[in-house]
Amino acid sequence: MEMLLRLNELVLLAAQHGAEAAGEGAAHAAAELGPQKIVSVSYLWLIPFFPLLGAAINAFAGHWIQRRFGKKYNSYIAVGAMVLAFAVAVVAWIQMISLPASDRYMVNFLWNMITAGDVQANLSFALDPLSMMMTLIITFIGTLIHIYSIGYMADDPGYWRFFCYLNLFVFSMLLLVMGDNFVLMFFGWEGVGLCSYLLIGFWYEDIEKARAAVKAFVTNRVGDFGFVLGLFLLFWALGGSWVETKGRVPLRESRWAMADPAYKPQQETGTLYQRDSSLSASKPATTWENYLRDPGSAASKDGIRVGPSLTFRELRDQVAVDATGMRQRLSGMTFFGIPLLALVGILLFVGATAKSAQIPLYVWLPDAMAGPTPVSALIHAATMVTAGVYMVARLNFLFALSTTAMTVIALIGAATAAFAATIGFVQNDIKKVLAYSTVSQLGFMFIGVGVGAYWAGAYHLLTHAFFKACLFLGSGSVILGCHHEQDMRRMGGLKKFMPLTAKTYLYACIAIAGFPIANGFFSKDEILWKAFDSGSNMLDPSIGKLIWVIGWMTACGTSFYMWRSYYMTFTGEYRGAHGDSHHGAQPLHPVPVTGPLAALAAADAHGVVAHSPAGRDMTHPDSGPDPHALGVAGHPDHPDHKAGGGHGHGGMPHESPKTMTYVLATLAIGCAVTIVLGFWAPLGHLLHIEWMQEPLLERWLSPAFAPSRELVESRSANSGPFWEWLLMFASVAVAFAGWLVARAFYKDAKSTVPDKIAAAFPRLHRLVFNKYYVDEIYQATVLRGTGLLARALAVFDNVVIDGIVNGVAKVGLFVANIEGAIDKYLVDGAVNLVADSVVNLGARMRRLQTGRIQHYLYAAVLGVLVVIGINFLIH
Amino acid sequence: MLAPGLAHFLVVGAVLFALGTYTVITRTNAVGILLGVELILNAANVNFVAFQRFNPSPLLTGQVFSLFVIVLAAAEAAVALAIVLAIFMTVKTIDVTQSSTLKE
Repeated sequence: MEMLLRLNELVLLAAQHGAEAAGEGAAHAAAELGPQKIVSVSYLWLIPFFPLLGAAINAFAGHWIQRRFGKKYNSYIAVGAMVLAFAVAVVAWIQMISLPASDRYMVNFLWNMITAGDVQANLSFALDPLSMMMTLIITFIGTLIHIYSIGYMADDPGYWRFFCYLNLFVFSMLLLVMGDNFVLMFFGWEGVGLCSYLLIGFWYEDIEKARAAVKAFVTNRVGDFGFVLGLFLLFWALGGSWVETKGRVPLRESRWAMADPAYKPQQETGTLYQRDSSLSASKPATTWENYLRDPGSAASKDGIRVGPSLTFRELRDQVAVDATGMRQRLSGMTFFGIPLLALVGILLFVGATAKSAQIPLYVWLPDAMAGPTPVSALIHAATMVTAGVYMVARLNFLFALSTTAMTVIALIGAATAAFAATIGFVQNDIKKVLAYSTVSQLGFMFIGVGVGAYWAGAYHLLTHAFFKACLFLGSGSVILGCHHEQDMRRMGGLKKFMPLTAKTYLYACIAIAGFPIANGFFSKDEILWKAFDSGSNMLDPSIGKLIWVIGWMTACGTSFYMWRSYYMTFTGEYRGAHGDSHHGAQPLHPVPVTGPLAALAAADAHGVVAHSPAGRDMTHPDSGPDPHALGVAGHPDHPDHKAGGGHGHGGMPHESPKTMTYVLATLAIGCAVTIVLGFWAPLGHLLHIEWMQEPLLERWLSPAFAPSRELVESRSANSGPFWEWLLMFASVAVAFAGWLVARAFYKDAKSTVPDKIAAAFPRLHRLVFNKYYVDEIYQATVLRGTGLLARALAVFDNVVIDGIVNGVAKVGLFVANIEGAIDKYLVDGAVNLVADSVVNLGARMRRLQTGRIQHYLYAAVLGVLVVIGINFLIH
Repeated sequence: MLAPGLAHFLVVGAVLFALGTYTVITRTNAVGILLGVELILNAANVNFVAFQRFNPSPLLTGQVFSLFVIVLAAAEAAVALAIVLAIFMTVKTIDVTQSSTLKE
């Protein structure tokens, strides 16, 4: 009872603060948005340059370096490149902090790549708070994962190749987030896709892995199609082509609108702008010529460029600033009867569904686990797959204009989150669990950016990068420790063997499961709260509540399947290969086996020796102090292999080398530290702690999301702090519920309930276990359809096209025969005739040459007589 | 006594030339042909000398020319006889109708 009263007090207090905060917010929003101010800097190109350089060195000289100097130097190059990139990013960050919030847009213009008419695509990097956050995540987590890979990939012959791809990936990713226009973003977008393909198929000799790579690539092509269509449509809508020419204002002049009232939108006349000369005769427009002279500073001048643009800043300015009228224009446009902005938003989101693994294009991500584990952590959890979320957040000013698009994004996100979580319940492959978990968490991020809580989506992106990288790398450590066993049913009890891995995995589990002592809770709770509070940001206010319910239940599921993976992996007794082949050997220390194996296993468990190089993907480092030296030298004559029962899974599990465990520890610490960025605001109000009242990250990101804030806030339901507290407790409750159920079912592998449940609903279990047969359905519909179409086209090709081609060929042959005959008989005949007659003539003339001197003299005398005779005749 | 004029010499030269040509045409014997050639050359010499004698010019061009011709005729005879000898060694005859291998 007393508790309830206290709670009531708390709520009242919070309500007061909430009202105050709302008042401040309104005052804040009242300020008219101007064009984005920029700060020109000259060093941003270094951030993507270093990884590119590292990739180039390893690509062209990596093999040689590896042979000549050893693998160490390959990793030095790659890790060094990452450290440098991170250092430059930190420098940029420090500079950005020192700028006033409205100026936090750093641009580094390098050169012009494409100029098509009035549209320019520059090689130009930009950092605003959002891309700064992304850049820091990418370079920091990227550096850690590079370090981790030193140990993880130590045995792989393609070491240099791996680091080359990894650096190339980071370069592409940085291009994606730092490019200041769609072209660079698309380069990055495709570049990360390529690197993802290369790295999933890193062990390309295994056909399954190569297939997974192709699947990822092809699925992303489907998404890219939507993405590009969205871009084209947007470009068209901005006046990309023929639209503008209907205008009465000369083309050049219409490109520029003043940020002052002199330029008024003139929708009804069919032109964008009509200059009202009476209002601002004094202020000269920024002309196109000025822009050409100094493209970087256009926005700092008094004009806003209006019209088709590929640059995010220009796009933002013309949509965000009222005076341009672009917002009304876009909102009013339709495309074959469909509201244009909704269509653009959904098409762009189709690109995001492929890149960020959402329904219906998520199928590639679970298969992408075929790649090496650091790749799964870096590309398929922390960075690349968040590109779609980043893109939506980057274009928040567009998405916020269409509640239809927002609803679609949020609903798809919620559906994906729930759908993937249920698949995660029954997977036994530890990496598959994490893969579905990633799909599910990406769904949460899309709920966030879908309901207009862009900062919450971005925050979840950040926290997810930490805890999911930690989980993936932890699973990599486990997989390595268990000699390339990925099946959790054959693990168990690993807490004893790999204490540090277990601890970090545990903390990351706490984070993702949503316990309020790690970062995951705060981001997920904020997303769920914003979804609940979304109000008319969704097409119907009830949709927000529905999404909350789905997300809330999914959070429970998340907690359940993550704790399941933890308990199955780290508690109970070791059920791995070693235990099996020796009748359930005891967890560890004194290992009751005899012979060399006993000594070996004991040594193993102490992390002195390691083994098992079976197969291409059996690449793992040794647990000794120097993974390189031991990893290579220790293998060939290792007795463990034979003793281990000949299946390549010898020995007990062992802790991973320090390069790996320290990375895990760093990430786990990061999971705790990043709480600060998004600490739960109501608590800040309650405790009167200034910095907590608006989460740091929200304040940091606010310039990037300023164009959409007012709109989103005006539509939100403003449910009030009571609900916020209630929902928070509900979130914590489900996290505990999921934990308790998982604990009861899976701790120490004692309970038989899971099996009974599976047995009780065999069909359901089979359905979920087989991932709802989505792959099979795609196989049966899309792939088979494509196959049939291809076959039909092949028949068409064979019959019609080939028929035409062959017909043409036959006609050609016929004509050629005629021409051949003409040539043979007519032309050749004439030529031969000439030649023959010359020969004949020669043969006849030869007779004159008798060789008898008298004859010649007769001829000479005769000639003389003739000459004399003619002489007489003439005279 | 009537002194011989230019015409007389030219007649002698012409007769010599005609005889020489006749000899060359009719003889089948290589040595005979050579004799005919000598007659032709000397017909030319007679003409040279005669023209010089009846030419008012003080120059002795015609005389000198005929000397050259005599020298050349000697050389030519030597070479021609050597060729005749060679032909004889080859075809065992000096009948020019028998040795027509140069005809082609």
